Amino acid sequence: MPESNERSPWDRVQIARNAARPHTLHYVNQLCSDFVELHGDRAAGDDQALVGGLAHFRGRSVMILGHQKGENTKENIARNFGMPKPTGYRKALRLMRHAEKFRFPIITFVDTPGADPGLTSEEGGQAFAIADNIYAMATLETPIVSVVIGEGGSGGALAIGVADRVLMLENSVYSVASPEAAAAILWKDAARAPEAAAAMRVTAPDLLSFGLVDDIIPEPTPAHEDPAATIVAVGDAIERHLDTLIELTADGPGALLQARYAKYRAMGRWTETQQANITTPASQTT
Amino acid sequence: MRELFRRQPRFTTSDEEDVRSQVPNDLWVKCPKCGELAYNKEHLHGHRVCQRCGYHFRLDARERIALLADPESFTEWDVELVPNDPLGFSVDGETYAEKAHKTTAKSGVTEAVISGEITIGGRPAALVVTDFSFMGASMGSVYGEKLSRASERAAAGCYPLITVSASGGARMQEGLFSLMQMAKTTAALTKLSEQRLPHIAILTDPCYGGVTASYATVADVIIAEPGALVGFAGPRVIEQTIRQKLPEGFQTAEFLLEHGMIDQVVPRSALKASISLLMNIYQQAAGCLVPPERLVAGFADA
Repeated sequence: MPESNERSPWDRVQIARNAARPHTLHYVNQLCSDFVELHGDRAAGDDQALVGGLAHFRGRSVMILGHQKGENTKENIARNFGMPKPTGYRKALRLMRHAEKFRFPIITFVDTPGADPGLTSEEGGQAFAIADNIYAMATLETPIVSVVIGEGGSGGALAIGVADRVLMLENSVYSVASPEAAAAILWKDAARAPEAAAAMRVTAPDLLSFGLVDDIIPEPTPAHEDPAATIVAVGDAIERHLDTLIELTADGPGALLQARYAKYRAMGRWTETQQANITTPASQTT
Repeated sequence: MRELFRRQPRFTTSDEEDVRSQVPNDLWVKCPKCGELAYNKEHLHGHRVCQRCGYHFRLDARERIALLADPESFTEWDVELVPNDPLGFSVDGETYAEKAHKTTAKSGVTEAVISGEITIGGRPAALVVTDFSFMGASMGSVYGEKLSRASERAAAGCYPLITVSASGGARMQEGLFSLMQMAKTTAALTKLSEQRLPHIAILTDPCYGGVTASYATVADVIIAEPGALVGFAGPRVIEQTIRQKLPEGFQTAEFLLEHGMIDQVVPRSALKASISLLMNIYQQAAGCLVPPERLVAGFADA
């Protein structure tokens, strides 16, 4: 594996997908005590691709949510390779509301190829479920820290990824569509995924420079080669950011929510021109 | 007899770029669904709906505004916002900026979204419409910013927000910036909710990806046009994944209605009246809405 500063975006995609990388439950088991997994969306099922529950994390009661990939093929099939279905998003929303009620901070682990491109997920309204979560997270009255630990894939990631602090492991990636899907859209050729990964700037350093994520957790040794040290580093980073956020809520959630709104409101780049040479509909609607 | 129970002809993906371009001249328009020919003039007069089978042709932003806004009531906002190229994105030697310029020259619009203030039945509203001819009305930074400003202006001005969406999804050329527009636009809608102002969303053909999974589906009322295809993943992607043909009618407006995802399917001819009726109802809700001085003279409240 090339040294960290020589890694291409496609190298990072490969590392982010490495099956030996720690997954959500590894982090939960090693960073938390008394994890109580909570199941189901109270409506249609319990999605194994998105796990959640209550735990003690370094002296605090917290709500944990995360995409869960399998450790082997059999488990991966049961967990749909970490791609949630509508029941998963709705379970997540239920647990987020639960956390808000008891003022538990929320920690989410993002590790998904993306939303499930299946028939039943469409029938179950996955777009609506994702939208509901994003909308709810905008005003959830409790601190949210999200960590991209592997793949941050599109709407499936964002559905638990709207947060006061979004952290990325150095070798994780985060993108609007998987490089394969983007290559299929741009060139009708999924084999050009490496080019798409580079063009979309999916790596942690690029996304930090754009202000789209808040912090990078270094991987002096890639996570799959040294899971234990990576997990501790992730725990330290979460704790540090949580401390700051909880301080911010000393007088209620107002300041936290204002800062969260301002953060997302500022995302985007455009140019303001003076040209008015394009015919606007105003003159044509009559 | 057995034929009766056989699976219906498969769902076909709607690939036509712009059905109008297939017509050789402007005199006649042919319905892609039933083949009916119509005089273009009559066709336009009927808001591009096939008089025989009810097929709804796609409207561009200008036509959409003309359909919904009271005559001469539209004042455009933020026309000066144009795409930037935050990633330095280039595909096969063509930069994003070049692609955007080319698209503008062809479509006559500078972005996929046009926003502004209108009146409907004399009542003010913020209107945001998309134009599918601009890069498949994909959602990038300008789209997100225009929509967010429209939400905030509606909240400040105390009137409803009406969004009309057709979109291919996120704009690949803006990478994660475009994904974050989902969070940004949706967050901006919370400002309307705080003021108890309604967001009425109209989903039109085709509406997919990041738009369907964000602001367009957290509306207070969701209406779709007949036959509109609406979903998250596109039909081709799903077919490739599950390796089987999709059932007929999959992802249509009627399918969504049946599955409990949307409130109504409303034909184009009744769309303005439906919105107007809703605005009238919200007008009378507690904590609402438009201060009397903002009402256009001559329009007493029902």
